Amino acid sequence: MAAVVVLDSTLRLATPLILAALAGLFSERSGIIDIGLEGKMLGAAFAAGCVAAVTGSAWVGLTAAMAASVLLALLHGYACITHRGNQVVSGLAINILVSGLTAFLAVAWFAQGGRTPQLPDAARFLSMDWPGAGVLEAVPFVGVVYGELLSGHNVIVYLTWLAVPAVALVLYRTRFGLRLRAVGENPFAVDTAGVSVAGVRYRALVCAGVLCGLAGAYLALAQSAGFLRDMTAGKGYIALAALIFGNWRPVPAVLACLLFGCLDAVSIRLQGASLPGLGEVPVQLVQALPYVLTVVLLAGFVGRGVPPKAIGVPYAKEG
Amino acid sequence: MSVTAPDPVSGLPRWSVLGLLPGLNLLAAFAACGLIVLLAGEDPWQAVQVLVGGAFGSGEAVGYTLFYATSFIFTGLAVAVAFQCGLFNIGGEGQALIGGLGVALVCLHLDVLPFLLLLPVAIAAAALFGAAWAFVPAVLQARRGSHIVITTIMFNFIATSIMVYLLVNVMSPAGSMQPETRAFAEHARLPYVHEVAGALGWEIPSSPLNVSLVLALLCCAGAWLFVWHTRAGYRTRVVGASPAAAVFGGISPGTQVLVAMTLSGALAGCMSLNELMGVQHRLVLEFTGGFGFVGIAVALMGRGHPAGIVPAAVLFGALYQGGAELAFEIPAITRDMVVIMQGLVILFAGALEYMFVPALRPFLVRRAVD
Repeated sequence: MAAVVVLDSTLRLATPLILAALAGLFSERSGIIDIGLEGKMLGAAFAAGCVAAVTGSAWVGLTAAMAASVLLALLHGYACITHRGNQVVSGLAINILVSGLTAFLAVAWFAQGGRTPQLPDAARFLSMDWPGAGVLEAVPFVGVVYGELLSGHNVIVYLTWLAVPAVALVLYRTRFGLRLRAVGENPFAVDTAGVSVAGVRYRALVCAGVLCGLAGAYLALAQSAGFLRDMTAGKGYIALAALIFGNWRPVPAVLACLLFGCLDAVSIRLQGASLPGLGEVPVQLVQALPYVLTVVLLAGFVGRGVPPKAIGVPYAKEG
Repeated sequence: MSVTAPDPVSGLPRWSVLGLLPGLNLLAAFAACGLIVLLAGEDPWQAVQVLVGGAFGSGEAVGYTLFYATSFIFTGLAVAVAFQCGLFNIGGEGQALIGGLGVALVCLHLDVLPFLLLLPVAIAAAALFGAAWAFVPAVLQARRGSHIVITTIMFNFIATSIMVYLLVNVMSPAGSMQPETRAFAEHARLPYVHEVAGALGWEIPSSPLNVSLVLALLCCAGAWLFVWHTRAGYRTRVVGASPAAAVFGGISPGTQVLVAMTLSGALAGCMSLNELMGVQHRLVLEFTGGFGFVGIAVALMGRGHPAGIVPAAVLFGALYQGGAELAFEIPAITRDMVVIMQGLVILFAGALEYMFVPALRPFLVRRAVD
C-alpha cells in the first residue's frame, strides 16, 4: 500500500519534470542550451494563475501559460539565434528576470504577498475518477492500481503521458524532427541543404515554450490553487539534470524524471521517519541525490553523456 | 591596443565598445525597468527619485549601499576571473555558502585566538572552503570534460542541502529550533567602519558597512595584478581567448581551468566574511541571498575588469539599498524590483551585448574609415 502511495505521488511530482525535460529536449537537440526552463515554467505558472483568477477558466489559464512561456522562449531565441548571444547568459537572465517580475507583478496587481488569488475549483484542473474505480476498490491489487495509479489524476497528467510518445515521434519520425536533430549536430550541413538554421531553431524553441507552459499551468492550476512566489523551486534545473541524465533522449530522460520524482516522493515520506538498520536518513541527502547523480554521470564515472555536437555554439553563416 | 582600433567582434572602434555600448545596454535595461513600473501602475520618475534618495540621500544610506557593494565586489570579481579563462562560474552562490561554513567553523571553534590572529585564519578559511567547492567542478571540467555550467549549478543545490542539514542537525545549539549557530564571540566580529572612524575621532552615521570593504578593494587590486601582470594570468587569458592557441603555445588549458576556478571560488567564499563576520555574527541559512547571481550581472556590466566591477557593484548596492527605501515609500514596488533589474542587466549587458551594433555601425565605422 505504501508503495502505491509513493508511486502515485511519484507520478504527480514527475509530471512537471517530464514536461520541462521534453521542452529541454526540443531546444537542446536543436543546439540551444536551455537553462531557462525554470524561468519559462515560472512565467507560465504566473500567467496561468492570473488569467484563471480573472476569467475563472482553467483552459483560458492554460492558454495564457503557453503564450507567456512561448514569449519567453522567443526572447531567448532573439538573444541567442538572432543576436548570437551567449545561451547560458540569456537563459540565466530569463530565470532571474522572471523570478523578480512574477513576484513584483503579483504584489502590484493582487496585493496578497506575492501570490495570485486562491482559485475556486472551477478554475482548476481537478483529478478525474475513472468509471468503475469505486466498484473495483474491493478487488485486491487491481483495485488499487486502477483506482490510485491509473484513475484519479488531472487532465495535464494524462496529456503528459500522451506527450511522451508524441515528442519521440516528432523527433525521430518526422522531417521537422530530422532537421531539428541535424541542426543540433551539424548546422552547416543543414544550411547547405537549403534549410534555414535559424528557422528550425526558432520552431524548436516554440515547441519548448508550449511544453514549459503546460508544466507551469500544472503547478499553478492543478498542484496548487494559484501562483505562489518562486513556486518552481528548482524544478526546471532538476528537469535539465534529468535531460542530461537521460543523455538527451526522450525515453531515458522521462525515466530519469520518474526517478527524480520518486526521490522527491520518498524524501517527503522519510521526513522524520527512521529506517530499520539505517536509522534516520537525512532528508537533505535524498533531496540532493538528483544533483549528485547528475554530477557523477557527467563526470563519466557511470556511462558517458553525449551532448548534441553543436550545442551552445551560435550559428553564423560564413560571409 | 589603441582605443581607436576596431574591436575584433563587432568591428566598431574600441572606445565605443568599452564605453558607448555598455552605456546604451544599461539605458535599455533601465528603460525596460521603467516600463515594468508603469505596468504596476506607478510613476517611474518618482520611483527613480525615491531610489536615488534612498541609496545616497544620507550618510547612513551611503553606508548601506557600500555594505551591499562589498559583497557584490567579491562575487563580481569571482565571476570575472573565471570569465578571463573562458569559464562561466554560476556557482558563486554555493561557493559563498561553503566559504561561510569555513568562516563559521573558525569563528566558533578557534575563538580562543585574539582578533588579530583570528582574522587571517578566518579569511583563509573563507577562501579555502570557497576554493574547494569550486575546485571539484574545475577538476571535472579539466580532467573529465563535464560542462562547468551544469556542474556549478548542481553544486549550488548540493551546497544548500549540506548547509540545511548541518544547520538543522549539527551546528545549531542543543534545544534550539532555529537553523542557525550560536553567536560569534565579541572579538570574532569585524569592526564596523563607523566604529573605526569613531576611534579615530571622526563621527560618521552607523551602518553595517565594515572593514571587509578594505579586503574587497585589496582583492580588486590583486585580481588586476594577477590577470594582467603575472605569467599565470597571461596563460589564463590565452586559454580564455583561444584554447587551441594555448595548447600550441605550450599552455595546458586544464591546469589554467583549475587555477582560474580555484581563485574564483576563493573570491566568492570571501563574500561570507562581509555577511557573517560583519553583520550576522552567526551562521544562518541562506545568508548569501542570491548575491552570487548578482555577481554575474556585476561582472558583465563591469566587463570583467576590476575598474568596471567596483562602479557596477556600487550601482547594484544602490539598487539594493534604494530598493528597500522604495518598497517602504511605495508599497506597490517591492524589492523584487532589484531582481528584475539584475535580470535585465544580465540580458542586455550579457546576452544582447551586441544588439545595438548594427544600428551604430553606419555612424561609427564610416567615421573611423574617413
